[in-house]
Amino acid sequence: MNEIFTLHVNGEAREVRDSWLGENLLDVLRDRLGLMGAKGACEQGECGSCSVLIDDELVCSCLVMAASATGQAITTVEGVAPAGAPSDVQQAFVDAGAVQCGFCTPGLIMAVHDLLDRTPEPGDTEIREELAGNVCRCTGYGRIIDAVQQVAVARRSASDALGAST
Amino acid sequence: MSVIDQPVIATPRHGALGTSPTRPDGVEKVQGTYAFSSDISADGSLFGVTLRSPHPYARILSIDLSAAWKVDGVQAIVTADDVPGQLTYGLISQDQPVFASDLVRYVGEPIAALAADDPEAARRGIEAIEVKYEVLTPLLDADEAINGKKDPIHPDGNVIRHQRIVHGDAAATGEVIIEGTYEIGMQDQAFLGLEAAIAFPDSGGKGIELHVATQWLHEDRHQIAACLGFDEENVRLVLGGVGGAFGAREDISLQVHCCLLALRVSRPVRMAYSRGESFLGHVHRHPASIWMRHHATADGEIVKIDSKMVFDGGAYASTSSAVLINAITLAQGPYRCPNAVIDGWAVRTNHLPCGAMRGFGAVQACFAYESQMDKLAVACGIDPFDIRLRNAMTTGDTLITGQPVLNVAPVEECLRATSALPLPDEPVGGFLLSDGSQDVMKLPGGAGRTADMGDVVRGIGWGVSIKNLMYSEAFDDYATARCRLVDGPDGVHVHLKFATSEVGQGFVTLAPQIARTVLGIDAVEIDPIDTQVGSAGSTSASRQTWMSGGAVNKACEAVRDQVFEQVAASNGWDAAVLLIDGTDIVDPTSGSRLDAAGACLGLNIDETVEYRHPPTTEIDEDGQGDPHTAFAFVAHRAVVDVDPDLGLIKVVQIATAQDVGRALNPLSVIGQIEGGIAQGLGLAVMEEIVQVDGVIRNGNFTDYLLPTFLDMPPVLATLIEQPDPLAPLGAKGVGEPPCISSTPAVVAAIRDALVQAGVDAPLDRVPVRPADICL
Repeated sequence: MNEIFTLHVNGEAREVRDSWLGENLLDVLRDRLGLMGAKGACEQGECGSCSVLIDDELVCSCLVMAASATGQAITTVEGVAPAGAPSDVQQAFVDAGAVQCGFCTPGLIMAVHDLLDRTPEPGDTEIREELAGNVCRCTGYGRIIDAVQQVAVARRSASDALGAST
Repeated sequence: MSVIDQPVIATPRHGALGTSPTRPDGVEKVQGTYAFSSDISADGSLFGVTLRSPHPYARILSIDLSAAWKVDGVQAIVTADDVPGQLTYGLISQDQPVFASDLVRYVGEPIAALAADDPEAARRGIEAIEVKYEVLTPLLDADEAINGKKDPIHPDGNVIRHQRIVHGDAAATGEVIIEGTYEIGMQDQAFLGLEAAIAFPDSGGKGIELHVATQWLHEDRHQIAACLGFDEENVRLVLGGVGGAFGAREDISLQVHCCLLALRVSRPVRMAYSRGESFLGHVHRHPASIWMRHHATADGEIVKIDSKMVFDGGAYASTSSAVLINAITLAQGPYRCPNAVIDGWAVRTNHLPCGAMRGFGAVQACFAYESQMDKLAVACGIDPFDIRLRNAMTTGDTLITGQPVLNVAPVEECLRATSALPLPDEPVGGFLLSDGSQDVMKLPGGAGRTADMGDVVRGIGWGVSIKNLMYSEAFDDYATARCRLVDGPDGVHVHLKFATSEVGQGFVTLAPQIARTVLGIDAVEIDPIDTQVGSAGSTSASRQTWMSGGAVNKACEAVRDQVFEQVAASNGWDAAVLLIDGTDIVDPTSGSRLDAAGACLGLNIDETVEYRHPPTTEIDEDGQGDPHTAFAFVAHRAVVDVDPDLGLIKVVQIATAQDVGRALNPLSVIGQIEGGIAQGLGLAVMEEIVQVDGVIRNGNFTDYLLPTFLDMPPVLATLIEQPDPLAPLGAKGVGEPPCISSTPAVVAAIRDALVQAGVDAPLDRVPVRPADICL
């Protein structure tokens, strides 16, 4: 049973034409819309590699039926920052050594943006708890936590500087 | 000629060896544009899937494809009958069928592959294949594989390898004797990027190009070509982005199947495993049973080790024989041991096949010998730290194979530096929150909120290990690299070409660092990683920094020497004395300097070299010889909070000092240390593939537990930098050691806590399960 529906992805209306109605959002993003940033690694919401935002809520796209997300704003890693101009979180991952094989990275980028938008200055336990749904097999997480803390500090200094100048 | 007068640069410039430049693929990876092998598609490509055995041991009576051919969208089906070349493959012995035809020997063994227009059609097609089996009684007990009471389940027999080590005085005894039997569960590499590949057949069907995530392009090509019946030059491999490896991509998985399907339909075919299929589709860490007895003097000096080791290799040989040799030859650990009698078996059963995983045999042996060291400490009344220090190996000591350890061997330094790292200042359960309440996330059980603060006990444990680097036992181990100077509009670029698999470890960061240092040119580019250059060997055995690093270094030096000749000739200098200093070529005689990139314009030098490490030898029937190339050492100290009543634990901190030779990229070294420790922690307390009657019971990420952010403690690390004169860059491989002794360190810490709590639990098996602690 195929039906045409529209998803709003990274600010664009994208028509999904050749999907079957029960198809999950991860497969639709990757196979129908050509957005390969979200990764599939477990197919059951355990690893977080497929994390995206739906109406600013962090979800595992492998657990979401794509057709149920019509009318909602979907943000994938491709929508976080313009090509070639990484976000502060993305740049911090590169600089802090938080990237090795990089397969978990797009999902973690989404999770960290989500975390820092909600909790600008998370403590160590808070970071660990909030990101525990994203598995990384390469890094042992140390450099990722470092990257998160670097962004939190930089954002705090930027907002302090802004406060001081106004 | 411009003469630049500036002082010699004391610290390396950013991007050279010893600094931590960012990964060249970093931005693509954080932006999600890096192409992993599962991200590669092509117009008109079909999707391939595999039919696998549901039985651990059965005779195939018939395979009926007729219903599958009727499924809409099915374009090709291949079975053993369609393999044009060699019917079997394997890294060391070619004992594994491309497709099972007469017998299936493990649950998950491939029987057929099918290509269809889309994944759903492919899955429906696979379900429509009818296979009739005569189910046989599987061989599942490794001891029964040895004792000869079971018929061979494979023409090569049930013992893959038996090797004995007899060293020194076999009859030697000590005043103190302790022994134990230890078991190590089957661990999965659990890389996140699942197996995936896409094959492009040449028009005419005489050749093929495969884009695949692998650890060793040339070995894959060798095995694929044999099975396809092609000359190797007609099989081209290109490295698809690799989402982690850890040993699981050393063996063939879907490579031959994907090529066979693509050749059959004359169209590109891609395959991508699911997580469930991945658990069946690659080899795992060997489960092992190790009996070990230590003889020591009353003051704790090791006199002799007796051991019997049995490694369950599963249905096919893979690298079992090499894994076994690592385990038995490193059974003494990083300690002096004058006498040893060891018997090791790698056996065939109807379990999942086992082969390479980070640590490769050293992991299993280490859990046994480190558990023994703690027992020895108790028996001798010596502190666990002191007994290790007392026996610590140093350069010039010999292994139980008779091989001298010629590398720097800073075991004592690793121990002392680890000991100097601070213990956690947080009390059991962590500091109270600002409102005076307990932070439950700091307790064993975490968010489960099950641990009672009053019951939790903190323990400290040690683990120290030795790992052989590179390949052993007379293997012709080499790596190839090409370096060329290319003029560009903005000056000279260095182009590096190698077939070294980048699996996440960061060789693509390191190689340009080497070129910048040797040539003094900052613009370095890496050409596509494929088989259009000689083999680099495998990204395994902690070998690529030494081997491919050595090859890149040698290629760059060959280019540099020619640059020096030409520059010397045109300036009237002596080429033999010229130096690279930063980005300059320096003539020490005149004090003149030239910008290296400028001096290289128009030279277009192009050199391809091979690097080999010194040869190793085979071992004789008593296990004597010089089988290994080099060794690295590491110490771990774990702090673990334990609830003895509930069997719950929380690892609070791991401290480590690792013998790295020289940290060529310190940030990457830390990444390897932290990542390796996470895998060691996983084996210690949660990771195990459970098989019941030969059937995997937890082949998914809900039931196979991996350490998360909450399971991993902070890691304190000290790098012991004593450049190894035997290493081309002074650097030792750093990938494997972190995951070897972190496992016994965590278990020792749990035991220490249990002793304090008055609980008697041997914990002689990993992973330690709650029931092992509290029941």
